[in-house]
Amino acid sequence: MVNVGIIGLGKMGLSHFSIINAHPDVKVVGVCDSSSYILDILGKYTGVATYADMKKMFDSADVEAAVISTPSRFHAPMVRDCLQRGIHVFCEKPFCLDPADSVALAALAREKGLVTQVGYHNRHVATFGEVKRILDRGALGRVTHVLAEAYGPVALKPQGSTWRSKKDEGGGALYDYAAHPVDLLTWYFGHPESVSGTVLSKVFSTETEDEVFTTLRWPDGISGQLSVSWSDESLRKMTTRVSIWGTNGKIVADRQEIQVYLREAEPAPAGYGRGWTVRYTTELTGEVDFYVRGEEYSSQLDTWLTRIADRATSGPADFDDASVTDEVLHAILTSGDGSVQAVSPSPASVERQPERPTGVWAWLRDRRQARRTHSGSKG
Amino acid sequence: MDRLLFGDNQFFGVNHMSEEKARAQAMRFQSTDAIMSVLDAAYDAGVTTFMCTTHDRIAEVTDRVRSDAERYERQIFYPCMPYAHKYANAMGEAGVFGAIKQFLPDGGFLDAAMRGGKSFARKDIEGVITLLIDAEMKMFSGLKTPVIFLQNVVVDFLLGMGFTEAFRIFADHVAKEYHAEPGFITMNMPRLLDALDSVGIDNPIVCSNINKLGFRMSGGIDSYIDALNNRKFRAVAMSVFASGAIHPDEAIAWVTSLPNVESIVFGASSRTNIESTVELVEKYWRNP
Repeated sequence: MVNVGIIGLGKMGLSHFSIINAHPDVKVVGVCDSSSYILDILGKYTGVATYADMKKMFDSADVEAAVISTPSRFHAPMVRDCLQRGIHVFCEKPFCLDPADSVALAALAREKGLVTQVGYHNRHVATFGEVKRILDRGALGRVTHVLAEAYGPVALKPQGSTWRSKKDEGGGALYDYAAHPVDLLTWYFGHPESVSGTVLSKVFSTETEDEVFTTLRWPDGISGQLSVSWSDESLRKMTTRVSIWGTNGKIVADRQEIQVYLREAEPAPAGYGRGWTVRYTTELTGEVDFYVRGEEYSSQLDTWLTRIADRATSGPADFDDASVTDEVLHAILTSGDGSVQAVSPSPASVERQPERPTGVWAWLRDRRQARRTHSGSKG
Repeated sequence: MDRLLFGDNQFFGVNHMSEEKARAQAMRFQSTDAIMSVLDAAYDAGVTTFMCTTHDRIAEVTDRVRSDAERYERQIFYPCMPYAHKYANAMGEAGVFGAIKQFLPDGGFLDAAMRGGKSFARKDIEGVITLLIDAEMKMFSGLKTPVIFLQNVVVDFLLGMGFTEAFRIFADHVAKEYHAEPGFITMNMPRLLDALDSVGIDNPIVCSNINKLGFRMSGGIDSYIDALNNRKFRAVAMSVFASGAIHPDEAIAWVTSLPNVESIVFGASSRTNIESTVELVEKYWRNP
C-alpha cells in the first residue's frame, strides 16, 4: 500500500485522482489545490482530506508518493520540495520549463533513490510500444527518417483564459502538444544532436504558438521532422502519428493501429512478414484494472506504482528520460529565430548505459530466448 | 428495452481500430441525409431505438424525426450524455469550472453559487448537475426518451473518485423530470454495480463492453461473466464485435449465450450490415 498525495486538481489532476484512487494498492491521503471550491466539493462528496497548501499536506499526512499536475512553471519547485522530503514523484508533462532544472532534479532523484515518472502516456499506448519493440529488434534496418505529428482542436479562437494560453506558465502548442511526439522521438532514437528550421507560428492565439514545425538530426544519420498544430478543428481530439523509414521498410503508427511494411521478414518479431502487416489496438492493448479515459492513463500510473513497490528507480519516462525531452523542447523554442541549436547530451544521458541491447543484438538475444522457450516446451 | 439498439459512433468519426476509417465515416456522414438514410434502414429493419450521444449534430436528427412524426411513430431515443470531448476540449481552454459554465444555460447560476461563500452546498451541486442534464436534453424535447444514459467517461471518472452521490442525483432527476429510467455506461462494470448498490439504485440499467475478446472489460472478462450470473441488473452489451476484431457470427453467438444480457447496442453504416446483425440476433437469440 502506498500513501499518495495529489497536487493540482485541474483536468489532468482530477483524472489522475480518479484513476489512482481506484487502485487497489493506493491510499490517497490528501489532495491539494488553490481552488477552495474544488476542495470543498471533493471533501464533501468523496471524503478525501483536502489541503490548500502543499506543505501543510506533507506535515499532516504521511505522503510517500505525490502526483503533481499543476501548471508547468510550478513543476520544478514542487518536485524539488517532494524529492527533498524523500517523496516519490509522478509529474505531468512537460517536466520542467528550464532543462537545467530537469537535469538537476533527475540527479537529485537518483541520489535519493526515489522513483520518478513524467506523464508521457504515449509510451503506454500499445501501438507506440509495438513501434519501439520493432525498432529495438532492428527490423527496419538502418533508420533514415522519421516524421512525428500531432494535431487537434484546442486553440480555435483568439483567447483562452487558462495558463495553457500563457507562454511563461508553460502554455502553447510546444509544451502542451509537441511534447508528446517529441518524447516518442527521444524514446525511439535517444538524444538528437541538433534542431533547426524551426517554425513556431500563431494561428489564433495571441500569446503562444499554435503550430510547431522543426527538423531534428541524430548522430547516426537519422533525420526527423516534427509537425504539430493544436488549431486543427477537423479532429475530434488530439491525434498523434509517427512514420518511420528505414532501409528494410517503413512503420506508420497512431494510437489505433500500426502498419508495417518490410522488405525482408528477418529480424522482425513473430507475426510480421514481408510486405504489409497491420495490427490494431484491440489486439495489442493489455487489460487495465480500472479504466477512465484510455488504457494508457491507467497503465502509466500502474507502472509508476509497481516501480515504487520494486524500488525501480529507472524506468520509462523517468526524470532522466524526461530531461532529454525537455532539452529538445528548449532547443526547439530557442531555434524559433531561425538558428541551428545543438542539443548537448545531458550528464544523465551520457552516464546512463542502454538498459537493453538494441538492433541486431536484441534480435540475437530474442532469438536465443525464443529457441530456449521452444525447446523447453517440447520437453 | 429492445434486444437491439442502434448506436451512433459510426456517424461521428469514432472507430476504435482505425483513424482512417473514422475519418472516412466522418466525411460520409457530414450530411444529415446520410445519417437519416442509415437510421431509416435501421428503423425499417425493426431497430427503432437510437442510443445516441448528445452531440450537436443529433439535434439535426431529432428535428427531422419531429418533423415527420408519422414516419417515425415508433422511434425511441436513448440519449447518452454528455458528449465528453466537448467538455474535455473546453477544459483545456477555459479550466474545469470555465468549461462547466460554458455549457450551463444560465452561467450566472455557477457564479452565484461560487459567490455564495466558501461552502458549495449540496443544492448547488444538484443545481449544476440538473441544469447540465436539462441543457443536454433540450434537443430531445417532445420525443420518446424512456432511458437516459450517463456516458462512460463521466461515470468512470466519478466512480474512481468515489463521487457516487452524483449517480443518485442523476437517477433522481431523469426519473422526476423526464419520467425516464437512468442508465449508466461504464468500462468498469462489476465495480460500478457495487457503487450503484451503495447509493440505492436498484436493478440498474448498465451498458458496458461485453465481447469475446475481453476488449475494454476492466477487471477482466471473468469478473464480467460472474456479474452477469450473480448480480441483479439489466445489462446492455456494447462493443460486441470489438470494433470488427471478432467475426460477427462468432461475436453474436457468444454474447447471446450469456445470461442476463437484455440488449445489444451496435453501430453499422449500411442497410446490409444492419439487416445481417438483425438476422444473427434472430438466429442465436431465440429465447431471451
